[in-house]
Amino acid sequence: MLGRLGFDALPFYSAIAFGGASITVLGGLVVLLLVTYFGKWRYFWEEWLTSLDHKRIGIMYIALALVMLVRGFVDALMMRSQQAIALNSNGYLAPEHFDQVFSSHGTIMIFFMAMPFLTGLINIVVPQQIGARDVAFPFMNSISLWLTAAGAALVMVSLVIGKFSTAGWTGYPPYSGAEYSPGVGVDYWIWALLVSGVGSTMTGINFIVTILKCRAPKMRLMQMPLFTWTTLCTSILMAFAFPALTVVAAMLGLDRILGFHFFTNDAGGNMMNYANLLWIWGHPEVYILILPAFGIYSEVTATFSQKRLFGYASLVYATAAITILSFSVWLHHFFTMGSSPNVNAVFGIATMIIAVPTGVKIFDWVFTMYKGRIIFHPAMLFTIGFLVTFVLGGVSGVLLALPPADYLMHNSTFLVAHFHNVLIPGALFGYFAGFQYWFPKATGFTLNKAWGVRSFWFWIIGFYLAFMPLYALGFLGMSRRMERYDVAEWQPYLIVAAVGALSVLIGIFCQGMQLYVSIRDRNKNIDVTGDPYNGRTLEWQTSSPPAEYNFAKIPDVQEIDAFWDMKQRGVAYAPASDYEDIHLPRNTGVGVILGGLGFLIGFAVTWYIWWLVVLCVLGVAACLITRASQDNTFEIIPAAEIEAHEKARSKALEEHKPAPGDFWT
Amino acid sequence: MKHLIAIPYVRATALLGLLLLLAGCSLATSPVADPKGPIAMLERDLLYAAFFIMLIVVIPVYVMVFWFIWRYRAKGGRGEYKPEWHKSNTIEFFVWSVPAVIIITLGYLVWTYSYKLDPFKKIAAPEDTINVQVVAQDWKWLFIYPDLGVASVNELAFPVDKAVSLQLTSDTVMNSFLVPALGGQIYAMAGMTSELNLRANETGRFRGRNTQYSGDGFAMQFFEAVAMTEEEFDQWVTNARAQPNPLSNAAYERLAAPSIDHGVEYFSTVQPGLFEQILRKYARRPESSLRGGHPSAITQTACEGDTLC
Repeated sequence: MLGRLGFDALPFYSAIAFGGASITVLGGLVVLLLVTYFGKWRYFWEEWLTSLDHKRIGIMYIALALVMLVRGFVDALMMRSQQAIALNSNGYLAPEHFDQVFSSHGTIMIFFMAMPFLTGLINIVVPQQIGARDVAFPFMNSISLWLTAAGAALVMVSLVIGKFSTAGWTGYPPYSGAEYSPGVGVDYWIWALLVSGVGSTMTGINFIVTILKCRAPKMRLMQMPLFTWTTLCTSILMAFAFPALTVVAAMLGLDRILGFHFFTNDAGGNMMNYANLLWIWGHPEVYILILPAFGIYSEVTATFSQKRLFGYASLVYATAAITILSFSVWLHHFFTMGSSPNVNAVFGIATMIIAVPTGVKIFDWVFTMYKGRIIFHPAMLFTIGFLVTFVLGGVSGVLLALPPADYLMHNSTFLVAHFHNVLIPGALFGYFAGFQYWFPKATGFTLNKAWGVRSFWFWIIGFYLAFMPLYALGFLGMSRRMERYDVAEWQPYLIVAAVGALSVLIGIFCQGMQLYVSIRDRNKNIDVTGDPYNGRTLEWQTSSPPAEYNFAKIPDVQEIDAFWDMKQRGVAYAPASDYEDIHLPRNTGVGVILGGLGFLIGFAVTWYIWWLVVLCVLGVAACLITRASQDNTFEIIPAAEIEAHEKARSKALEEHKPAPGDFWT
Repeated sequence: MKHLIAIPYVRATALLGLLLLLAGCSLATSPVADPKGPIAMLERDLLYAAFFIMLIVVIPVYVMVFWFIWRYRAKGGRGEYKPEWHKSNTIEFFVWSVPAVIIITLGYLVWTYSYKLDPFKKIAAPEDTINVQVVAQDWKWLFIYPDLGVASVNELAFPVDKAVSLQLTSDTVMNSFLVPALGGQIYAMAGMTSELNLRANETGRFRGRNTQYSGDGFAMQFFEAVAMTEEEFDQWVTNARAQPNPLSNAAYERLAAPSIDHGVEYFSTVQPGLFEQILRKYARRPESSLRGGHPSAITQTACEGDTLC
């Protein structure tokens, strides 16, 4: 009846596992109780969970990302503290616990922190940047969100029921095969990836179509803001790369459940095919994570240098070049697999070629600051922190792209330091910058500055303390993923790295405080104009938070930095009279239900509860058929209501005319 | 009150500084920075060369970032303000061409060094080479000396100044073989053979290990590569032959069972064809090595007809 699910799946076998499970369960219960206590279930259901409004979906994505950031960071803290003390000792984490921790850290940070974070920012901002009222497929957008949440839920549930994978976030077979990892861990991992991967593919498709088809009619491609450009490229990568992940995870699942032999040691299986398929997704994935951040840096640098972006065309071409090249370098993840020298050399050179457009971008941002008036908003601090730190990650990346050098450093902590050095300053700092930058747009009030500055300093100092020692440890021959060691000279470095992790912990605490203080004082910090920084792109023309329809009149785009140009011409807030009815999608709970069914399918397959799988698949089919045969999926906002709303806004703007001194300094 | 807060901070800073100092001393003698063989030496030199070439781009970035944020800061900056300036063909030319030239230079290095340091490439004549068959197991390394008829676990002995030619496979999950002081690194996978050719310039004991996570005993899955004089090596072989410990099929099965932190062990004789037998457990036609087009590593230890020799 319950497949292989029994009482022994509960984490009573270890105090640490039980503690983690208890915190997860208690945290969930507290949230549920609070919502019940305040009687907010109806509000959440009607206004949020069932919402098809891209801005609300974006906020929910970011909420998910922040929760998972904390979870993934707890894993990081556990690894750093274990390694700091595990010289000739078992520390406090047994091998089979430590390997779950590093597997879930990687899986969570990539799939359930970074992906939702960037998707959330894209959702909130991109439609507004292109003068659109919604994304192309609002219902699909909701499904993407709930499938991502379902994947995250599967990882979280593995804390409480059963165990998580021990095979690392890349899940290399044959170790991840049924023979060597017979438990449920790898199945949880596979299904978390499969369920959320479908969501990511759909997000990619959604934003390709949104950007190509829903722009304000006059906005040419070469007038799109840089963040929109990088989103377009990221979406193309998502749509083309994620299917490879879905395929390879499904093949591994077939190996494990139905006894196929795609990647097994024997019977004709070949783990090298797995490595190829995984990294054909995996390398573009790096750029999926980093390109949106590059877009954010472009917006932030221009806004807070109070100057037009330098080298717009160069930045666009560099982004496009990276997008294409990112599909041609996957083999550099396994130079050590024994390919012939010409194969390794070709992929090594292809990898290094990506450094050229990336270098160009760095210089373009630096020259955007040149002859500007730089304001050190927390978003700008994260951007400057990125510029100086990311360069190091780029250098170590090129070093690893030299196959013979990679022979020495592959699988070492040097590699760990490298990819954290590109992903933390490169991607995560970008998301943080975007969070600081667009927060008033999403919520209607600005963030506290002091806590933002503090969080930046603790993050960046923590980053250097945590990862520079790992570069050095690579030179000392330390491999990644060791839960204990017997080399005394490694320990000082690992202690420094643990101190770095503590500094990051304080950084995260400051971010929590920033959010708390800002929400507490929200009435004092209302963003009346919707344009708190004297912005350049169209999202600053809408109110903060924007009306459900974003733009009452579709903006008339004539230039790059369309909103800046309108302000120069004095037409940014020109009153209109001839408002028309606006069609917007009606809220629907089908997305939530599909996410729930996706979660149950993953859970049921993991535990071999086959009747439930069949039931859920039928449920999915029923949902899709019902939804497809609904007629009234749109509602109409009447022109009169829009006119009233816009008049109220004009009045507020009259009373609060933005003067240069008003802007954030 | 003030110094009550300050003292723990001062202590913490001093402690951190001391740790970094200790750490700095150990770096100079690290296996990567101070290699003991020609392969690792070339790999390290390539790493350093590429690093210094890249400084051509890195240093200007640092100088410009700090200079610009100081000079053009909104409060108190002295720099000129040109809000519409956004294009310069001269700058564009340099920001595209300088990185491109650097990458072309590095690309040339990649091409030549990838051939020079191909792990499969033999680095000495057959008579100056010790052949070793390496089997990755949970969680230890078995070294079979096919020409000498002995074997060892977790100790790879060889005479200094002779090349060591390793053929690797795995009797478990994928492993990765690395001796940082001598060079590396190559995957060992079941049913397949990969190759690695190394050499030591001086005698000594060098730590080697599996770097690919493989389960509970992974952290302690290391071995020692021992470069010794010719006489010492002969002694080592004699000693191994004197052990009452033949590596028969039954003994191999016992050895292959998972064990953590396995000590060093020697085998007096090796069941003929054991390595091929391990390969055939997983592959019907194990004679096809990783390098499909190249002569099989198993059937022909010499690499006649291979242009890379």
